[in-house]
Amino acid sequence: MIFNIIISSLINGSTYALLAIGFSLVFGVARIVNIAHTAFFMVASYCIFLCTNILGLNPFAAMMVTIILTVLLGLIIFKIIIDPLREHEAAVLIATVALAMSFQETMLLFFGGVFQSLPYLVTGNMEIAGIRVAYQQLLIIAMAPLVLAAVWIFLKKTRMGLAIRATSQDREVANLMGMNEKGIAMMTMAVSVALAAFTGAVVVPLSVVHPHMWLHPLVMTMAAVVLGGMGSVKGSFIGAYILGFAEALVVFLIPMGAFLKGSVALSIMVFVLLLRPDGLFGVTFEEER
Amino acid sequence: MKKMRLFTRVCLSVCLILFTAINTWAAKEIKIGVIGPMNFTQGQGQWNGALMAADEINANGGIQAGNKKMKIKLIKADSNEFISITDAASAMERVIAYDKADFIVGGFRTEAVLAMQDIASDYKKIFLGCGAASKILCDRVEKDYDTYKYWFRVTPQNNIYLVKTNFAFLHMVATTIRKELGIAKPKVAIVGEKQVWVERIIGAAKANLPKMGMEVVGAWRPSQTATDMVAELAAIQKSGAHIIFTLLTASSGITFAKQAGELKIPAVMVGINIEASKETFWETTKGNGNYVMTISSHARNVEYNELTKPYLNRYIKRFGEIPTYTAGTYNAVKILKQSIENAGTLDSDKVIPEIERYDEIGPGGRISFNKSHDVKWGPGFITSLGVQWQDGKLLGVWPNQWRASKEAPPLTYKGIAPFKLPPWMIEKYKK
Repeated sequence: MIFNIIISSLINGSTYALLAIGFSLVFGVARIVNIAHTAFFMVASYCIFLCTNILGLNPFAAMMVTIILTVLLGLIIFKIIIDPLREHEAAVLIATVALAMSFQETMLLFFGGVFQSLPYLVTGNMEIAGIRVAYQQLLIIAMAPLVLAAVWIFLKKTRMGLAIRATSQDREVANLMGMNEKGIAMMTMAVSVALAAFTGAVVVPLSVVHPHMWLHPLVMTMAAVVLGGMGSVKGSFIGAYILGFAEALVVFLIPMGAFLKGSVALSIMVFVLLLRPDGLFGVTFEEER
Repeated sequence: MKKMRLFTRVCLSVCLILFTAINTWAAKEIKIGVIGPMNFTQGQGQWNGALMAADEINANGGIQAGNKKMKIKLIKADSNEFISITDAASAMERVIAYDKADFIVGGFRTEAVLAMQDIASDYKKIFLGCGAASKILCDRVEKDYDTYKYWFRVTPQNNIYLVKTNFAFLHMVATTIRKELGIAKPKVAIVGEKQVWVERIIGAAKANLPKMGMEVVGAWRPSQTATDMVAELAAIQKSGAHIIFTLLTASSGITFAKQAGELKIPAVMVGINIEASKETFWETTKGNGNYVMTISSHARNVEYNELTKPYLNRYIKRFGEIPTYTAGTYNAVKILKQSIENAGTLDSDKVIPEIERYDEIGPGGRISFNKSHDVKWGPGFITSLGVQWQDGKLLGVWPNQWRASKEAPPLTYKGIAPFKLPPWMIEKYKK
């Protein structure tokens, strides 16, 4: 049973991790609490649905087109809505909630509440220690650490990454040193939204596309980010796996309480926060003003 | 100045005439509110069924209410009940108080319909339920007739009858497994969403399946909107279940079938999976829903009686798909027509006894109500169908030689196809 729990935890945890990395990145660097992060994931899923089911593109081409379109949408949203409000974090939070709701209603208007689905990127399954695992699930498990590694290399080994890290440490000083802080925030937003779109292509084929699909992942993503420590990409990654493990544990140990898996995971988050208010790997921001 | 006065008078007179004419014209309409989650398939089915019935009745001149011939006007009320029960109650309040609906049909989630039922009763408006299965709704009529007599359930059969129907499915599937695979005591895993209507079914299954020669290996209760069922599926695989008894009405039904199909879990899914009763299910699951069996009101290959095929043809021609059970609003509107004509009035208190006396054959079987205003179930009445996806086709597979009791004659509807086990299950278990 332990192996089954581990496999389930890895699949669930990887899904949350893929979303949490993007969410954490944009918060850690640009200090934008983008509640619409998983709504971008939902919009990207619909975009892939359009590309594959209506336009007949293959899933990989659809994924590429979607990432580009979602990033464009993200940049427009940043320019029009988020950037003017950036100095007021609470306003950004509320604006992105409204944005997510408007994405949801727009999709409801165009596609209705009918459940849709996306094609698998890889089909088939294999048996590991007596449990069947779909190749798509293995892809998710593999993608989460790869994405984390890619983000890490981007942040540590590129000039843009250096600029992003500098900005995340102190926005005003970075600005005074001649860095285009706004451009960096915009770039970070683009990377974050691209990750949300990529996650849509990898994760959603296992589930269904519908206008409300962003809500549950949002709660779990935020929980992973808070548990791991606000602003810490590594912390969010680990937080996501802890939540995935808690969910799997509930389903295996209390089958009749499977619907409680989300609540139990969130309770663990609250418990950890009581012991460590900054989360597991909390980043302490310098007071800028 | 005189010309101005004359002009004003003429204008006022014209307005008065128009107002009277509009009122007279309006009075010749019977307003039927169709309430449901209109952005979702369930609500669309409710609207489509009611629309088809209303158009057919209006094309034949309308409803004869006493000495007046009245046309039906449908009012669409989006209850948004999947998201908010409060919205559902507000929609009911609006359709009665603001839109002035004379009758209401629809409702889907029991939790929302309970609230709607109270409002309809407060306003003394007849509410024909076409979506919620919980017996609680009709128990209220029996316990407090004067308050809740305005409620009737047209579709689906209540959760007690749903249990009986599903046990009949399970009996047929277990018999097939015993016969084809030589497994004497098939193992059953129950997967039921966390909703009111599921509670009694799970209790009954745990108590009765062992008596029917099956072993219950566990019950999993995911959320209705679960976006992943990975852990549940892993646990079910571990349990070694041969039958997965599903009780799912929302998106979780697609997720579950899709993931289970992709994994080729050596078990057959049987029970209630509302999404699987839709013809879009094959595409939505990308073919992974093959061999899923669920309850449904219609299948293209099955005829309950001589009315079924013409009804299905008209519905499919108009809406491009077979009706789901929520399209039972078609019957609801027809019931209202006949009952209003028999009563000769729109007065709810006079129409109710006529609905209580109603006993007619519809495209889905004979419709009549018991004393708790619940649609009667069983051979000769409404039974619904067991349908199974077989290589892209949704075929009716139950009732096939079904006996409701030992003495009852076997029942098979015209066009019923044989039930099939998934080939990967046969491959795993066949000795």
